[in-house]
Amino acid sequence: MASTRTNIMVCCGTGCLASESEKVLKNLEVIAKARGYAEEVQIIKTGCFGFCEQGPIVKVEPDNVFYVRVSPKDAKDIIDEHIIKGRKVERLLYMEPNENERIKKQEDMPFYKKQLRVALKNCGLINPEDVYEYIALGGYEALGKAITKMTRDQVIDTVKRSGLRGRGGGGFPTGLKWEITKKQESDVKFMICNADEGDPGAFMDRSILEGDPHSVLEAMAIGAYAIGADKGIIYIRAEYPLAIARLNTALKQARELGLLGKNIFGTDFSFDINLKYGAGAFVCGEETALINSCEGKRGEPNFKPPYPAEEGYWGHPTCVNNVETFANIPSIIMKGADWFAAMGTERSKGTKVFALAGKINNVGLVEVPMGITLREIIFDIGGGIPKGKKFKAVQTGGPSGGVITEEGLDTPIDYDSLIERGSMMGSGGMIVMDEDDNMVNIAKFYLEFTMDEACGRCGPGRIGTKRLFEMLHKISSGKATMADLDALKQLAYMVKDSSLCGLCQTAPNPVISTMKHFWDEYVALVKDEDHPQGEGRYVPKNKIGMKS
Amino acid sequence: MKIKSLDELRKIREEHSNQVRLREYGEMAGDKIEILIGMATCGISSGARETLNAFVNALSSEDIDNIKVVPVGCIGYCHSEPTVQVNIPGQKPVLYGNVKENKVRDIIEKHIKGGKPIENLILHVDFERA
Repeated sequence: MASTRTNIMVCCGTGCLASESEKVLKNLEVIAKARGYAEEVQIIKTGCFGFCEQGPIVKVEPDNVFYVRVSPKDAKDIIDEHIIKGRKVERLLYMEPNENERIKKQEDMPFYKKQLRVALKNCGLINPEDVYEYIALGGYEALGKAITKMTRDQVIDTVKRSGLRGRGGGGFPTGLKWEITKKQESDVKFMICNADEGDPGAFMDRSILEGDPHSVLEAMAIGAYAIGADKGIIYIRAEYPLAIARLNTALKQARELGLLGKNIFGTDFSFDINLKYGAGAFVCGEETALINSCEGKRGEPNFKPPYPAEEGYWGHPTCVNNVETFANIPSIIMKGADWFAAMGTERSKGTKVFALAGKINNVGLVEVPMGITLREIIFDIGGGIPKGKKFKAVQTGGPSGGVITEEGLDTPIDYDSLIERGSMMGSGGMIVMDEDDNMVNIAKFYLEFTMDEACGRCGPGRIGTKRLFEMLHKISSGKATMADLDALKQLAYMVKDSSLCGLCQTAPNPVISTMKHFWDEYVALVKDEDHPQGEGRYVPKNKIGMKS
Repeated sequence: MKIKSLDELRKIREEHSNQVRLREYGEMAGDKIEILIGMATCGISSGARETLNAFVNALSSEDIDNIKVVPVGCIGYCHSEPTVQVNIPGQKPVLYGNVKENKVRDIIEKHIKGGKPIENLILHVDFERA
């Protein structure tokens, strides 16, 4: 067979699909065939490149040329000019906002320069619907190595020494979680993948599942081997149809090759995975609520202990890990714990994927080593604030986190430093605000979300979040007094300290941190002063229980 | 077919490595040898497409990975098409003219592997090129 000389990769993640990348792909294929180049050129559908702001993305290898905002009618020029005649299509090359020169190579783009891809290493590189591409890049070797050459303790020890911590937000050491689950004496154990990504503005797990589903399946099998489970569940929100479709394809292919199922790699280890669909409740990302939902019960958390590692799915020991956590595992097994531990900071190792959204030039998905500063992420990778506005704050950790202001921009990011700053890592959503955003409105937006999503199991969560929201509404309507501000503060700490699970324990964080950093904006609304930073009043979409 | 051992997995990996090779090495950082092939109208009509494919096939059949074969536009030597420029990191680029399909193997053997440019094919240009 003649070798192909050029690969054209077309991003088919959700973002790019929404801007017609599927048509771009079709057109490229049809035109390449019509011109008689179908044999020499391979056109590949890939997962997310991360640069969603500039989608649809098309990349040409081996030239390493990166085209942005490609519309279906540009396909003709890409084939006729670039592929046939070797001339790059200038107008489709990326132009850095502050410079006038177009950049053709991906490696030269500031968006990619400071990134380090471990969990996302295959996203945008392989066709997620072809298991052979995953294998060709070394896929499933980690599983083979783990179950044929390593003992269960060695696997756990490797993960422990790597320093990998849970990427869903909690930051619990993954190796330790595996060890605790392994130590439970039980014939039946479960490995669950938490793909219930619910924060507003977060799309890390979604992109991994859409772009590289096999990495998660492989890692789940490795984890299951380590803890002694033979069944796995991926709990995924039903709002992610593309991720579900690609997971189902991946599961089918893995079973056909015997990479899932009975006697994997000819050993006596057997493992298979089922999907469970969530109805999109934020609380179901909490592991005990997730397990209840898997069992067909209401998605409500339980009191811990007992932890799922002791009594989980149907009372059996269960290990729940996040998608991104899993995506790191194959590389750790192949390259070793020391390789992974060499990246990051003292107590947070490796890399973290962040979804950049809000008032930022380069909206998209980035993976950076731990220890990088927020300034580098927002200004170097993210390209700064649009329209020359001033940076005001960034919310990390979604509705559970808090705002970080200018003065916190130079803190190296890791789990602990963010908590010290009154925010948290969370699952990796990062929403940037500029000078036009009113911080009371921001707090109100997040409280509206947590109020809606609070499951109702415990009093502080059910009633407290609602009262917090009402107070914020009163403040932003200009009807509040200074006494209301005190009451708000007091209630915020009360909810934080007395709620049952993480959702409502962290729900007041946006209020607490905005009050801390932007007290003047609260006072301005109470005293009815003209505040310089107001962009009108935030009108909540949910009117339940609001007076007039 | 079920994979029964790590060796079987590696065999499958081998078989499919061609499918991803271009991407894998295109992504890698670091200096690579580049072979640039003039693929303007004049180049194509003189057989540049065949030359390009001959390079790709020859390199992949010998499992040479660290070389990028890139089609580029016309550089103005239409009388000597197909033109091929070989960039080896740290050396002055060499431009060849009249590289038909049958010269490809020579260039790979003598210049890229042997390190000695083929004098009688070189087009001597009188301006500096990167």
